[in-house]
Amino acid sequence: MNEPKRPMPVGPAMSVGMFASLRYRKARDRVVEAVLLACGMVAVFITVAIVAILVSESAEFFEHVTLKEFLTDPLWTPLFADAHYGIMPLVAGTLTTTFVALAVAIPFGTTIAIYLSEFAPHKVRETLKPILELLGAVPTVVYGYFALLVVTPLLQKLLPELPGFNMLGAGIVMGLMIVPFVASVSEDAMRSVPVYMREGSYAMGATRLQTALRVVVPGAFSGIAAAYILGISRAVGETMVVSIAAGMQPNLTFDPTQPAATITAYIVQVSLGDLPHGSIGYQTIFAAGLVLMIITLLFNVAGFFLTRKFREAY
Amino acid sequence: MATPALPSNDLQTVRRDVASRKVRDQLFVLVGLLALFACLLSLLVLFSKLVMDGSDRFTWEFVSSFPSRRATQAGILAAWVGSSLVMLVTACTAVPVGVMAAIYLEEYAPKNWFTGIIEINVTNLAGVPSIVYGLLALGLFVYKFDLGQSIVTAGLTLALLILPVVIVATRESLRSVPRAIREAAYGLGATRWEVTKDHVLPYSTGGILTGMILGLSRAIGETAPLITIGALAFIAFLPTPPLTEVAPYVSFAWLTDPFTVMPIQMFNWVSRPDPAFQANAAAAGAILLGMTLLMNAVAIYIRYRFRKSINW
Repeated sequence: MNEPKRPMPVGPAMSVGMFASLRYRKARDRVVEAVLLACGMVAVFITVAIVAILVSESAEFFEHVTLKEFLTDPLWTPLFADAHYGIMPLVAGTLTTTFVALAVAIPFGTTIAIYLSEFAPHKVRETLKPILELLGAVPTVVYGYFALLVVTPLLQKLLPELPGFNMLGAGIVMGLMIVPFVASVSEDAMRSVPVYMREGSYAMGATRLQTALRVVVPGAFSGIAAAYILGISRAVGETMVVSIAAGMQPNLTFDPTQPAATITAYIVQVSLGDLPHGSIGYQTIFAAGLVLMIITLLFNVAGFFLTRKFREAY
Repeated sequence: MATPALPSNDLQTVRRDVASRKVRDQLFVLVGLLALFACLLSLLVLFSKLVMDGSDRFTWEFVSSFPSRRATQAGILAAWVGSSLVMLVTACTAVPVGVMAAIYLEEYAPKNWFTGIIEINVTNLAGVPSIVYGLLALGLFVYKFDLGQSIVTAGLTLALLILPVVIVATRESLRSVPRAIREAAYGLGATRWEVTKDHVLPYSTGGILTGMILGLSRAIGETAPLITIGALAFIAFLPTPPLTEVAPYVSFAWLTDPFTVMPIQMFNWVSRPDPAFQANAAAAGAILLGMTLLMNAVAIYIRYRFRKSINW
C-alpha cells in the first residue's frame, strides 16, 4: 500500500500507483471521446432534423395540393379566398434577383480576386482583404435599408418608371453583398495554382495580365466555378434584402424592374402574420422551404465537388 | 545566330506590341483597384448614410426607451437587451458543442466513411440558407419541444446557425498546431485527451476565440430565422431579470420570456412608410452595424496578436 506524503514512490509502490492512475486516465479518455463524438453527431442530427421537418410538414401540404398544380399553376395566392398554389411565381422572383446579383458579383468579384492574387503587393493584399471581408459581415437587414432607401432612389433617377419596390435594386445590393465571398474563394483558388506555372509563363515573355488570364484563371477554373456556384446558392437563400426592397407580391415575371416576391420573402411575409399551427397556410412555408432547400442543395453539392476537384489537381 | 535578324520594321512591331501589353497590364491594375474601392466605398457610403439619417436619434432616450407608436418616442431598450440575452444563450450552446465537435473531427476521428458523413454534414450546413434554420426551429423548438417564441428558442436557433462557423474556425486553428508538439507529449506518456487539453488547445485559443466572435457577429445580425419563429417587434417590457434579491439569487425565468432583437426592430421600422420611423431604423442600423464591425475588428486583432506571439 502506498503511504501518504511519501515524496517519491519507488519500486513496486510506484508501479501500482501508476497503473491505477493509467487505468483512470484511459477510462477518462474514453468518456471524453464519447462526449466529443456526441458533439460531432450534432451536425448530422441537425441535417436529419431539417429534412424531417421540411418533408413531414410538406407531406401534409401535398395531401391538399397535387404536385402538378404546385409546379404548373401560374398563381401563388395561398392566403386568398381563391387559393392557388403554384410555386413558379416565387421561383421566378428568386431566379431574377439571383441573376441580377450575379451580374454584379461575378465581374466585380473575379476582377478583385485576380487583382489581389496576381497584382497586389503583399502589404496591400494583407490590409485590403480583411476590410473587404467586413463587407460580408454587415447584417443583411442593413443591406435591405441600403437597397430600399439609397440604391432604389438612385436607380429611379436613371429609370423614372421604376417602382419603389423592385427586384433590380434588391439584386444589385445582394450582388454587392456576395462580392467579398466570390472574391475571397476565387482568390484562394488562384493562389493555389503553383508558382512554377506562372514562372513558366513569364519565361515565355508573357506579361502579368496574360499570365493571369491564360494560365492562372484556367488553372484555378474549378475553384472559381465553385465560388460562383456557392455565390448563387447564397443569393437564392438571401432573405432580408429581398423582403425589404423587392416588395412581397408574388409576380410571375423575369423583368427585374418589377416588384416580386422570392421564396424567402414569402416565408417572411407569412411568418409576420399569425397563422395557426397546422393550417394549410402554415404548411405552405414548409413546402416553399423544401423547394429552397433543394435548389441550394443542388448548387452546394456542385460547388463541393468542384472545390474538391481543384484541391486534387495540384 | 541561326535565325536571321528581324527586319527593323518587324522589330518595331514587336516593341509596339510589348508596349501595348504593358499598358494593358497597367490598365488592369487600375480596373482592379477601382473595383476594390467601389466595394469599399459602398461600405463607407452605407455607414455614413445610416449615421446621417439617424443622427437625430442618437440620444440616451433612444437607447433607454421601449418601442412606441410615436416615432420620436420609440427606442431600442427591449431590442438591445433581447439581443444580448439571445447572444448569451447562443454563445453558451454553440461554442462548447462546436469546439468539441471540431476537436473530435481534428484529433480523434478515424478516417472512415462515418467521419466523412459528419464532415459532409458540416460543410453542407454552412451552405443552408438561414431561413431554413428558422423553419427547423419553428417545427422543432416552437411546436415539438413546446419552447414557444422565447429567448431560449431564439438562442438555440442562432446556435445551430453558427455551429458550422465555430467548427470550421476551431478545426483550422487546431490544424495549425505542429505535429511535433503532439508527438512530444505522447512521448512523455500523455493520453490523447491530455495531449489535446494541455498542449493543443492552449495553442489554438486565439483561433477558437476568433471563430467564436465571428460566429456571434453573424448571429447578432440575423433576422430571417427569428422572424420565422415568430419574434415580435413590439415588446414594451423587459425579460425577467436574471439576478434576484432572494436566494438563490439567479433566475432562469428570462429564458422563456418573449423577446425582440435589434435587427427585427430595425426591420419593423424600415418597413413603415413614415420617414420618422425610417430615421429610427437608420439609427438602430448604425448601432447594429457598429456592433458587428467592432466584433469583427476584435476578431481580426486577436488573430493578428496570436499569430504574432506564437513562433513554432
